[in-house]
Amino acid sequence: MTELTNDHDIHDDHHHHEAETADRYMFGFWLYVITDCLLFSTLFATYAVMSQSFANGVTPHELFNLKFVAVETALLLLSSFTFGMAMLGANNSNMAKMKLWLMITAVLGLGFLSMELYEFVHFSHEGAIPQTSGYWTAFYSLVATHGIHVTIGLIWMLILSIHFKRDGFSNENRIRLSCLSLFWHFLDIIWICVFSFVYLRGAM
Amino acid sequence: MVHTDLIKDPHVLTGKLHWGVIPFTDPVVAPVMFAAIFIGIALVLFVTYKKLWGYLWSEWFTSVDHKKIGIMYCIAALVMLVRGFSDAILMRTHQALSTSDSFGAGYLPPEHYDQIFTAHGVIMIFFVATPLMIGIMNVVMPLQIGARDVAFPFLNSLSFYLFLVGALLVNISLFVGEFAAVGWLAYTPLSGIEYSPGVGVDYWIWALQISGIGTTLTAVNFIATILKMRAPGMTLMKMPVFTWTTFCANVIALIIFPILTIAILQLTLDRYLDFNFFTNDDGGNQMMWVNLVWAWGHPEVYFLVLPAFGMISEVTATFSRKKLFGYVSLVWATVVIMILSFLVWLHHFFTMGSGASVNAFFGIMTMIIGIPTGVKLYNWIFTMYKGRVELTASMWWVIAMLITFTIGGMTGVMLSIPANDFVLHNSMFVPAHFHNVIIGGAVYGYFAGFTYWFPKATGAKLNETLGKWSVALWFFGYFFAWVPLYYTGFDGMTRRLQYIDNPDWQLSMYVALIGVALIAAGVAIQVFNIGWTLYKRNDPEYRDETGDPWDAHTLEWYTTSPPQFYNFGQVPVINDRDPLLDMKQKDAAYKRPEKYERIHMPKNTWAGPVLGLLTLPMGFGFIWHIWWMVIVSITAIFACWMKLSFERDKDYYVEVPEVEDLEDKFLKSNENRSYYFEKNAKYYKKWKPTKRTDG
Repeated sequence: MTELTNDHDIHDDHHHHEAETADRYMFGFWLYVITDCLLFSTLFATYAVMSQSFANGVTPHELFNLKFVAVETALLLLSSFTFGMAMLGANNSNMAKMKLWLMITAVLGLGFLSMELYEFVHFSHEGAIPQTSGYWTAFYSLVATHGIHVTIGLIWMLILSIHFKRDGFSNENRIRLSCLSLFWHFLDIIWICVFSFVYLRGAM
Repeated sequence: MVHTDLIKDPHVLTGKLHWGVIPFTDPVVAPVMFAAIFIGIALVLFVTYKKLWGYLWSEWFTSVDHKKIGIMYCIAALVMLVRGFSDAILMRTHQALSTSDSFGAGYLPPEHYDQIFTAHGVIMIFFVATPLMIGIMNVVMPLQIGARDVAFPFLNSLSFYLFLVGALLVNISLFVGEFAAVGWLAYTPLSGIEYSPGVGVDYWIWALQISGIGTTLTAVNFIATILKMRAPGMTLMKMPVFTWTTFCANVIALIIFPILTIAILQLTLDRYLDFNFFTNDDGGNQMMWVNLVWAWGHPEVYFLVLPAFGMISEVTATFSRKKLFGYVSLVWATVVIMILSFLVWLHHFFTMGSGASVNAFFGIMTMIIGIPTGVKLYNWIFTMYKGRVELTASMWWVIAMLITFTIGGMTGVMLSIPANDFVLHNSMFVPAHFHNVIIGGAVYGYFAGFTYWFPKATGAKLNETLGKWSVALWFFGYFFAWVPLYYTGFDGMTRRLQYIDNPDWQLSMYVALIGVALIAAGVAIQVFNIGWTLYKRNDPEYRDETGDPWDAHTLEWYTTSPPQFYNFGQVPVINDRDPLLDMKQKDAAYKRPEKYERIHMPKNTWAGPVLGLLTLPMGFGFIWHIWWMVIVSITAIFACWMKLSFERDKDYYVEVPEVEDLEDKFLKSNENRSYYFEKNAKYYKKWKPTKRTDG
C-alpha cells in the first residue's frame, strides 16, 4: 500500500508503483506455482498408487531406456542454465544477449519435447498406451502433464518475444520474464522428480 | 434419455444433442422450464425497455471493483439458494409421501430423485455456500485491511465468471439432458462411463472443473491481497479476525483445489478416453477416487466454515461492546484448524478397511480438531460475558449458531469413533450431522455476516423484525427437520432412499416435512426482507448515512456506505487491532487530512466476462461431444487472452479535486455525530488500546 502520508513527486510515485507492482505480481505467481506443484503432487501420488497395476500388460522395466532419458534430462537441465543466462542478459538490459540465450533455451526445450514425443510413439508401438493398464494411465498422465507445461512455456516464450519487440525492457515485460523464468525452473524440478521416481524406479 | 447410438457416434454438428433430451413432457420439470424461460424473457425485455444494458455492462459486468464483484457473487448465491432449497423441499415431500400406502411410492421416479439429491449437494456447497462466502469476503476483506482493491482485480472478475459458468451449467442440465445421479461426490465406479453413460456426470465434471479453477484463482488473489496490501501499521497480529479467517480459508483452498482439479481430470480421462484410473478392471483403483476427492472434500468444509467463524467474531465483538475475548487464541485456533483440516479426510470412509491403526489415527485427529473449535466457542461466549449485548438480528444469528453448531459438533465427535462409524456409516445420521454443522456453523455465520455488512455494501440496513423472524424460523425449522432424521439414522435408515418401506419412520418424515416448511418460510422472509429494504433504502429508518451504523470497531466502517470506488480517501495508519475504535478514542477519526494524494486505480475490463463466459460453450461442447464448439471456444479464449495481454492503458489516476469532493461529503455526513452512540459511550471509553506491539 502506498504510504500516502509521505510527499512524493510524481516521478517517485511512479517508481514506487512499479516496485510495488512487481513485488505483488511475483508473489502472486509464486502462489500459482504452489497450486501447480500440488497438481503434480496429486499426479505423483496417483502414480505411486498405480505403480504396480500392470494388469498383465507390458511393464516399464521392459521398455525404459535410461540412456535415452538421460539425454532428454540433460537437454532440459541445460535449458534451465541457459534461461539463467538470459535472465543475466535481461538484468543488464542487454537485449541481444537475452534474445540469444532465450532462443537457445527454446531450442533445448523443443529438443526435450521431441524426444518425449518420440518416446511416447515408441512405447505405444510396444503396446504401452494409456488404455493398457492403470500403470500406463498414471505414467502418461503424469509425464504428459509435464510435457504440456513445457509446451506452454515454449508458446509463452514466443509471445514474450513479441512483447519485448514492442516494448523493450518495460516494467511489465521484466515481470513477465521473471514469471516465465520461475515457471521454467519449476518444470525442471518437476522433471528431476519424474526422472527419479518414474524412470529410475521403473527401470529397476 | 440419450439415444445409445449417439453415445458411440455423435453427430458432427450437434454431438449427442437431439430434441429428445429436452423434457417437454415431464410433469415436474416442464412447468419449471417454461416458467424459467418466461422469467428470463421478461427480465431481458425489462432491461431492454429500461435501457439498462449499457449501464449494467459498464458499471457491473465489466467492473473490477471488489465490492461490485462481491455483490454479484451474493446475488448469484441467493438465486442458487432458492434453487438448491427447492431440491430440499422436493426430497422431503417425496420421502414423506413415499412412506404412506395411500400415496404409493411418492411422486418422483428413482432416476429423477437421484438427480435431485446430487444437484442439492452440489448446488449448496459449490454454488451457494462458496459464492456467498467469497462474495462477503470480496466486499469486506479489502476494506478491513485498508486496501484500494484486491491484488489482481481482473483475475477477481474472471473468477466470478468462471463460477457463474459452473452455476449456469448446473441449471442448463435441468432443461437440456440430465444431471448426475451419483451423489454430490460422484463416487467411482458408479460415475464411470460403464454405469453412468449419459451426460449427467459430464455436467457434474465441467461445472465443478470450471468453477473450481475460479476458486483457485480467488485463493491466489486473496492471499496476495492480505499479505501484500495491508494499511501501514497493520501487522499480522493486528489484522481483524475476519481477515485472518479469510486468509486461512484461502490457504486451504490454494492447497486443496488443485487436488480436485486433477481428480476430476482423471475421471474425465476415464470417461472420455477410456483411461484406467478408477475402472473396475485393467488396474484401476476406485478407492483412489474416494481418497482424492475427500483429501479435497474435508479441508473444503473448513474452507467454508472458517470465514463464518470470522464473521461470528466480528459481530459478537461489535454487539457486545467489548473487544474480542482472546484474540490471539482465536487466531491460533484458526491456524491450527487450518493445519489439522488436512489430516482427517479418511474419517469419511473408515469402512474402507484400511485397518485399525490407520482408522485410529484419523479418529483421534478428528477428535483433536474439536479442541481449537471449542476454543473459539469459548472466545465468543466470554466476549459476550459482562458485555453490553445488543440483541440485533445479526446477534440472533450468532446465538442460533452457538447452540446449533455445538450440537452438530458433538454428533461429529460421535462419528469420529471408528467403531461407532461402522454402525452409522451411510445412515441418515450422517446427513443429519453434516447439515447440523454446515447450516448451524457456516450458513448461520454467513447470515450473521450478511446482515451485519449489508448496510456497508448497499447503504441500507435490513429490517430487524423480519430478520429476527427468519432466524427463529430457521432455528426451529432446522431442529424439526433433522432431529427426526438423527433418530431414523440410529434406527437403520440409510441415506438417499427413494422408497421407504418401514412404517415406523412415517411420523419422523412428517415432522421433518414440517421442519422444511418452517425453513422455507424463513428463506421467503429473508428474500422479502432484502427486496423490501432495497425498496425502502432512502427511508431514514433504513438508510445508513454515516457509514458506521453499528458503532463498530474495524476499518471497513470508516468510509461511506456503500464505499467510494477507491475505498478510502486517505488510508489511515493503523495502531490497534480495532483501528476505528482506537481513532475514536484518540479523537483522530473523521478529521480532514492536510492534503489528499491522487489515487491509482485499475480500469474496468471487457476481458473478465468475455474470457469467463467463453468457457460456457467450451464446457457445453465437451458435455455433448460437440467438438467444433470446443475448438472454436478454446481458440476464441486464446485470442481474447492475447488481445488482453497486448492491451495498454489498464489503469488510471483519480485526481485530487475529485477525491476532495467525495471525501468532504463523507466527512460532512459525520459532522454532527458524537464519536460513540450515546448508549455505548460509557462502555467504549473504558477501553484500553491493545498493548502488544509485535506481530
